[in-house]
Amino acid sequence: MKQLLQLSAVTKSFGAVQALKGISFDLQAGEVHALLGENGAGKSTLIKIITGAHQPDGGTIEIAGERVEKLSPVAAHKLGIACIYQQPALFPDLTVAENIGLRLEGANSLSRVDWNSRRNQAQKLLRRIGADISPDAEVRSLSMPEQQLVEIACALGAGARIVIMDEPTASLTQKETGLLFAVILDLRSSGAGVIYISHRLEEIFQLADRVTVLRDGESVGTRNVCRSRGDETQTSQSESDKRLLTSSPTLTESELIRMMVGREISQIFPPAQSAPGETVLSLKNLGCTAGGVKNVSLDVRAGEILSLAGLVGAGRTELARTIFGITPADAGEIILRGEKVEIHSPQEAVARGIAYVPEDRRRHGVILEMPVAQNMTMGIHRRIFPGTWLRFGAERACALDFIRQLDVRAYGPEAPGHSLSGGNQQKVSLARWLATKPKVLILDEPTQGVDVGAKSEIHKIIRRLAKDGLAVLMISSDLPEILGMSDRIAVMRGGTIAATLPGKSGAHEVMSAALGQKGAGK
Amino acid sequence: MNKYFREFSAAAALGILLLALAIFAPSFFQPQPLLSLATREAPTLVVACGMALVIICRQIDISVGSQFAVCSVCAGLLAAMHWPLALVLATTILIGTTFGAFNGALVAGLGLPSIVVTLATMVTWREGLRWLRQGVWVDLPNGVQWFGLPQMTGQWTLVLVALAILILLALTLKHISIGRFVYAVGSDAEAARLAGIRPRMMTFGVFVFMGALTGLAAMMNTIQSPQVDPNSGTGLELKTIAAVVVGGVAISGGRGTLWGVFTGLLLLACISPALTHLHVEAFWGKAIQGATILLAVVADGVRTRKQRY
Repeated sequence: MKQLLQLSAVTKSFGAVQALKGISFDLQAGEVHALLGENGAGKSTLIKIITGAHQPDGGTIEIAGERVEKLSPVAAHKLGIACIYQQPALFPDLTVAENIGLRLEGANSLSRVDWNSRRNQAQKLLRRIGADISPDAEVRSLSMPEQQLVEIACALGAGARIVIMDEPTASLTQKETGLLFAVILDLRSSGAGVIYISHRLEEIFQLADRVTVLRDGESVGTRNVCRSRGDETQTSQSESDKRLLTSSPTLTESELIRMMVGREISQIFPPAQSAPGETVLSLKNLGCTAGGVKNVSLDVRAGEILSLAGLVGAGRTELARTIFGITPADAGEIILRGEKVEIHSPQEAVARGIAYVPEDRRRHGVILEMPVAQNMTMGIHRRIFPGTWLRFGAERACALDFIRQLDVRAYGPEAPGHSLSGGNQQKVSLARWLATKPKVLILDEPTQGVDVGAKSEIHKIIRRLAKDGLAVLMISSDLPEILGMSDRIAVMRGGTIAATLPGKSGAHEVMSAALGQKGAGK
Repeated sequence: MNKYFREFSAAAALGILLLALAIFAPSFFQPQPLLSLATREAPTLVVACGMALVIICRQIDISVGSQFAVCSVCAGLLAAMHWPLALVLATTILIGTTFGAFNGALVAGLGLPSIVVTLATMVTWREGLRWLRQGVWVDLPNGVQWFGLPQMTGQWTLVLVALAILILLALTLKHISIGRFVYAVGSDAEAARLAGIRPRMMTFGVFVFMGALTGLAAMMNTIQSPQVDPNSGTGLELKTIAAVVVGGVAISGGRGTLWGVFTGLLLLACISPALTHLHVEAFWGKAIQGATILLAVVADGVRTRKQRY
């Protein structure tokens, strides 16, 4: 077996914070090595050292057996290291072929561009990963998952031997995830090494040969994984599978979680509510041409969590945006607590007691330059500052209250938004909306990209809010989350509700409704 | 790093300059020339306050110089027609407000980039005025200069008006909801919109306000001399944007204070007269002003680079 990458005792500090405290990590040819850890455990820093974005303070890096002294992004690229980030780093105004071409050529910026070969090459790469994307499409027009596939095509085209994937499935649907997994296995059997980062434990059991868990900048340990996927590996039997057979006692999910958080935490979701109250929000044949939402009828009751399941592009976010007045409805009715209302703007929605915690919190949930306190009170100026004169004492008290209630980890109400981790930003975003004392709370992917510990805390908060009488409409692409949290599940497909299922439904029922298979929703 | 690092460094630079003057050219600190300097800069301060709001809101208005010229000439013509001065003032502010609303409607209503819109209006108003008036100066009747007050009183009035506007706006930005919303829209307009703020109304608002302040500043300028120069306000946009940037307002929006802008303006305003007093040739003034602006922008760049990691 060939060793592709070996990091020994790597350290890295940012000011007073030691992000990596002597981490050793290795990657063999033909393996998928998962990297696991809560947000802030040091995964990103480690990745940035491998890609040359950061220089380590101490320790050594060996690539393919050779010691590398100074690794820069350009050198890493030449050594065959490619990284696929959560947020694709493509040029939105260029076509797919141009984007791929830029990565492949790049070396001589004065040479003539051979458009035909560039296009053919792009097409070949896209076909190889099974992506149905036109090479002439502008990247701007592609969905997030499609952009991710283009990124993968770039990495493949560059002949990368070490491929790093940072939460690649965060915004992918089941089908796209399947495609991606096939690509990863293909990479593996071709002798490349894949470093795979994900918060979804089931993926790690499905894909990884080994897993390394980081905690607080240290490596807690590296374990062999007994992959749950049995049949597929038979054909591509290699040394890695022999290693599997002799692997140490079976690794379990709870063991991994314990390694990550240093304590046992239950993956069990908070218990569901037994008796929901009156109907708070009722949609009747709601439609919005601009958002592609059509003919949606739905009731949400006080005290219940209604999940919106479905594939990416099924119209879930679009429905939320329609209810919230961002893309106002042009057909049907919205009935709020028995009263027919028209909502033309977010302001009207807020005034009527609807809150929407948006999906992309990094962009729209939290204003990164503003302190936590100002972020939290953004929507309630009229209430806590009567006479519009800002009272900083009241603001601070309100923020401290939410910081305690939601257990936000920040150094204080004056900490700027960008200093918080993803999970805590999400809590700040949530606090802003809870402050408006809504009757209906719409959550769009509330735990996306949030570490396991914070995820379970957010779940408890959501359940508690429902218990307090809020009607919760939760959009999620995380199937266990939907199954574990919901009182009822509405599955969307093609901009409308395909089925409404009880909360205790199985994963199979939800998926088949989302995919539009026969017999769904019965 | 300290939140107000930029404001402090502008203040430190000003302090060093004043200290150097105190040691090498104490003659700089004579009350009468200083009052004249302050009076000359008072209209600029008023415009700079408006410009700060516009830039915090992540927009820019480079047409202020032309608006200023048109407002000045209008004020002069109205005064020459013996309108009561209060009415002249109100009308001038109204004209400025209209110009601001025009810019605001194009930027906020149609979503056009403010740099292009205000570049167009800058040229249009300036050339329109030149074409209409053929560069003729307006002679003001007696009793208009210094509002008919003794010169000292008039000068003090202007300085105090400018300072009052500075203080009122600074308090608004910090202590009134609408001020907070300007920062929110400048940081992230979409996030602000989702939080129930109307970013387009805010953007329209800052342009309208900018226009109103420009009108007021034009009036404050007009009453300083017995004639109105049709070319007044040339370069005003550069002067005010420079003061705003040197004072630590982020050109990318969402950050900055009016105290910083005040310091920045004082610093830039003092450089030229200071050079005269220090017996440095005057043409170095512009170069040093430029270098100061460059330094401020570089400091911003270094700061945001550090923040990124």
